[in-house]
Amino acid sequence: MDKRSLEENFFKFLMIASTALIVAVLSMILLTIIIKGLPHLSWAMFTQTPKTCYYLGKEGGILNSILGSLYLTGGATILAFLLSLPITLYLNVYAKKGSKLAYFTRFTFDVLWGIPSIVYGAFGFTLMLVLGLKCSLLAGMLTVAFLILPIMTRSMDEVIRMVPQPLMDASYALGATRFETAFKVVVRQSLPGISTAVLIAFGRGIGDAASLIFTAGFTDSLPTSLFSPVATLPLTIFFQFSSPIPAVQGRAYAAALILTIIILSISIISRLMTKKFTRHIVR
Amino acid sequence: MTRFFQQFLNFEKIRILKDRFAEKSLFVFMLIFGLALFLIILVLFLRTHPIHTMMTLPNLLFSTVWKPSKGLFGFLPFIAGSLWVTGVAMAIAIPICLLTSLYLVEYAPAKLRELISPLIDILAGIPSVVYGIWGVLAIVPFIKNYLAPLFGISSTGYSIAAGGIVLAIMVFPVIIHISVEILKAVPKDMKDASLALGATKWQTIKHVVMKRAMPGIVAAIVLALSRAFGETIAVLMVVGNVARIPKSLFDPAYPLPALIANNYGEMLSIPMYDSALLFAALLLLLVVLYFNIISRMILSGSKWSSYYYG
Repeated sequence: MDKRSLEENFFKFLMIASTALIVAVLSMILLTIIIKGLPHLSWAMFTQTPKTCYYLGKEGGILNSILGSLYLTGGATILAFLLSLPITLYLNVYAKKGSKLAYFTRFTFDVLWGIPSIVYGAFGFTLMLVLGLKCSLLAGMLTVAFLILPIMTRSMDEVIRMVPQPLMDASYALGATRFETAFKVVVRQSLPGISTAVLIAFGRGIGDAASLIFTAGFTDSLPTSLFSPVATLPLTIFFQFSSPIPAVQGRAYAAALILTIIILSISIISRLMTKKFTRHIVR
Repeated sequence: MTRFFQQFLNFEKIRILKDRFAEKSLFVFMLIFGLALFLIILVLFLRTHPIHTMMTLPNLLFSTVWKPSKGLFGFLPFIAGSLWVTGVAMAIAIPICLLTSLYLVEYAPAKLRELISPLIDILAGIPSVVYGIWGVLAIVPFIKNYLAPLFGISSTGYSIAAGGIVLAIMVFPVIIHISVEILKAVPKDMKDASLALGATKWQTIKHVVMKRAMPGIVAAIVLALSRAFGETIAVLMVVGNVARIPKSLFDPAYPLPALIANNYGEMLSIPMYDSALLFAALLLLLVVLYFNIISRMILSGSKWSSYYYG
């Protein structure tokens, strides 16, 4: 065997090894969470709030943080959607081709995407002080909305950009204004992509802990008002995991399993959506 | 007939008015959020002002004394911690990710590729707390029981190495996702030309594909670097959090994001503490911003611009 093919085979071996390593690591992470979490999973986890002495290992569940996370992230996603849809429509329908401003906005949103969530947390906290808010559902919602806005906007932008120009021209030729074209043609055409973008943003928001440490607070009761603190899944996991009591730690594993399942199902749904949910699309 | 015509005209007017109104309001909307970045920087900067009246910038950045209760805020241990952890993570992630992306694009059968790409997405979706838990359960004991003794060092396992390994895994999807897109964009003609000249597949990859894809791959790495630099919860759980300049891989460290997350609770009780922590946030933001701008500029200057999902 000559030197060239020896080198090729060597690197090919390394490539296969590193691919296998990544797959192995992923399965290890998932397996660890499943093996550790499954024995501690029970109905009470989903149906009860923490009772007294819960943090000493007595009964109770984490309904407060499951609901809290869903409310908080749901609210933030709606908020971010209401902001990002107009922005993307402006970028793609109203802005002129090759507009400097559109380029600048896209660039800014990309950079915003890269900002760590802890910085959003610090920023959110500062805004809270300015607005006179306490740690609350509302403050957490606003912070997470800020965090996922760039993700949603840029993902949506990528799909709306794919809307064929002839389709828009056809709409203009029939006398539709840009406003009508935007909402009746462009949005409808890119609906599956838009839903995927919303789901991606939701998945990112619900898994994030760092931005919520100082903004959402923590509580054992169910979320009832926008202005009271709220428990969230990632923080529940984080706090319970640092407990020395095995039963409480076990619940952290179970909560981690629940969170992972929520996020994985969201990513699977969004994958299916891009494939199946394309009825109104003109190709 | 004229009445009908007038009504029609009115209707037209409303539609056009609506359109104009939408244009103006959407424009304002976009401008506000386009400027959000500057707003964040400005707010953080204004809030860090008190600390600058007390300590000079070089003093803040290069002093190693961290005693908030005495009003001494030296950020060097934290900056060093961040650099170490990020450096280790990148040293692990870069070769593995490059080899994997090359394999997926150039060698792997199509079926395998379709199988692996959703797996990478899953890896990207796992929340950082879960990475942290896994790190504590798997990586920390591994370092304590196997890796550190291998070098003859005793370590608790909560160390830079642990933080680096967990971080490396967390940035795998970022690098792989972008570099796969970039490797795919290398024109087939170029590869064919090289193969036709008698080069082996690996030589083609080494001399043609890699050369062509290099800027994009650099951008992917820089992006991953900035992601790693700002990661908080997972690192905080495995890195040990001791405010000293680390001397070896198996020493604990205290990166900047962990500093902010751990101390925000008590910061309002000590004077200047909040200002110091926001300074850490600002520092983090500026470093990440710098890396991001570099990488986005590389990516958006090329024809891969539509591919840069994080």
